[in-house]
Amino acid sequence: MRDVYAVGIGITTFARLEYPLVEIAAYPGLMALRDSGLKKVDHLYVANMGGGRVNHQTGLASAVVDNLSLTPAGAETIENGPASGASAIKQGYMAVASGMHETVMVVGAERMREVNNLEATDFVATLTHPHAEYIYGITLPSLAGMFTRLYMEKYGVTSRHLAMVAVKNHANAMFNEFAHLHQPITIEGILDSPEAATNNPMVADPLRFFDCCPVSDGGACVILATAEIAKKPDKPIIKLAGIGQATDTHAIHDRQEPTDLLAVREAARKCFEMAGIKPKDVDVAELHDAFTILEIVESEEAGFFKKGQGHISLEKGETKLGGKLPINPSGGLKARGHPVGATGVAQAYEIVTQLRGDAGQRQVKDAKIGFTCNFGGFGNNVVCLTFTRES
Amino acid sequence: MSVDLEKILRPVDNPMPPFQPKYMTIASGEEMVIRQVGREEIPDILPHVEALMHVERDYYDIVASRVYAELLSYYYYRVQDEYVLVAQINGELAAIVNGRMVNKDVGMSLHTLALKRGLRIGAHAFAAKMEYHIDIMNQKEVLIVAESPIGFRRWMIEYNLEKRFDTPHELGGVPSWALTKELFDKARDTLVVGRRPVPGHLLEKAEADILPPSDPPKPPDDLLAATRARYDSTATVLIEQRKRIGGLANA
Repeated sequence: MRDVYAVGIGITTFARLEYPLVEIAAYPGLMALRDSGLKKVDHLYVANMGGGRVNHQTGLASAVVDNLSLTPAGAETIENGPASGASAIKQGYMAVASGMHETVMVVGAERMREVNNLEATDFVATLTHPHAEYIYGITLPSLAGMFTRLYMEKYGVTSRHLAMVAVKNHANAMFNEFAHLHQPITIEGILDSPEAATNNPMVADPLRFFDCCPVSDGGACVILATAEIAKKPDKPIIKLAGIGQATDTHAIHDRQEPTDLLAVREAARKCFEMAGIKPKDVDVAELHDAFTILEIVESEEAGFFKKGQGHISLEKGETKLGGKLPINPSGGLKARGHPVGATGVAQAYEIVTQLRGDAGQRQVKDAKIGFTCNFGGFGNNVVCLTFTRES
Repeated sequence: MSVDLEKILRPVDNPMPPFQPKYMTIASGEEMVIRQVGREEIPDILPHVEALMHVERDYYDIVASRVYAELLSYYYYRVQDEYVLVAQINGELAAIVNGRMVNKDVGMSLHTLALKRGLRIGAHAFAAKMEYHIDIMNQKEVLIVAESPIGFRRWMIEYNLEKRFDTPHELGGVPSWALTKELFDKARDTLVVGRRPVPGHLLEKAEADILPPSDPPKPPDDLLAATRARYDSTATVLIEQRKRIGGLANA
């Protein structure tokens, strides 16, 4: 197996985008080509979850490779729910590491705002168990609500902790020009003021509006290549050093302890093992905070904090910019946005940007090791990545 | 004998109780003041509305054009019984809402125009408008329409409005929806906020000057893209982007 490097990155603004899904995918690819200095790649993997259902666009990878004038490169679409992005990166890694290809473009793209919020919520809910969950009207916010209530009772997490995640990530997104939400929020405005209950209404008890990520359109790209190619551009060399993937039961009620996210735990463990590092070595992390509770729980399951202690570290400011382990400097899914198929690639984009030292006002000082957790389903298919900056 | 045409053209407004200003903390932690403005302040507002007439997304163009006309009509006394409320944050114009008293029992909601997006700014301003009709003017119902899907979600769905489809609304003659006092009472606890009196320093700041919005809605980057058909993938936008970054058209 050869080492694999991230040699080019690109991203769109995350927002409601007014151009077709194919172009949302192609644009970051174009930017990544420019960033890498490459004119061609051997293969494309395009991560997308809802093109066929939401945008009436199937065969996305075939459309993107043509749109980018990259034919006759091979191209495949990867669908693995909200973990599609990191899954596609894993495929790209294997293609380069195995020696099959020298250069692989990995794109993640989604256009969810072509439909209204109800349809978008229903589309994402199709990843739940069809007979045990979906048929009863379950949605991702409702699953997350029940999960959060259990977590609160078991570990003492409060609504204030959840709000602290939201405030932190909205603040980080203010420094990210590509973020969906450029709205600073305060604890006063969403929790304490007489108007807070209206500003921040309940969505799925105990989760409120600002505990949930927005529905976003967006695309991101990472180009992976061999060491020889990585050494060419005049940029820091960023290695994709670890990948871990794990699954859990489809229906949450089948889990022995529903507050344990075992797939996150296992995926992170494998990822760190492959990279040859420990959680304490990580300088910056992008976690899948589709709901604020998930940032806290993933930070524990990944091994950054002890189980049930993530909210304490949050309270101490350890996860904010300038803290011991900044989490979601991009704004996370909470504020950068969550175009489902693109998210895993966008997380990698942020980590590569951080390790290059190009993150501007949201730069984590001296970041050399970065970690991502891309959370599919409600924790039933998780892909973690570790990137390292080569000296 | 000379005829003063102005007396014929100008409707005589019926007395309407004033909207007492109120304030609220929005999600950003900032305090937003909602207050009634008179004709003398309309010229200060118009330029900020005019800019939005060219924002061809989320129906800002049509809403701003109609609001502009309504404000001008109000300014020139060419509309009967109109009122205008503004929402301001640190003096900045954040939202404009207006409406009309049709008769003592029925109000006509005209527009809600958010000049700063998100944070329920438009929703808070709309709620203040409904409060004016139902609580202050003691009307039985307000006739409402929406020009955008966002408005439909905010008003028709959130307030669970009743259909009044046999009553054409003044905005285009389209079928009306109605907020009754009963519906407003149901929404009161969750959607209607604000405190009175407004602290002196906040009100003084708001009344001193209507400052331009610092982050108003902007036109789409590419108008062609914004108006593209759903299944059109002719790569027009990509071509434009390629031109901007230069030299990679055949990368």
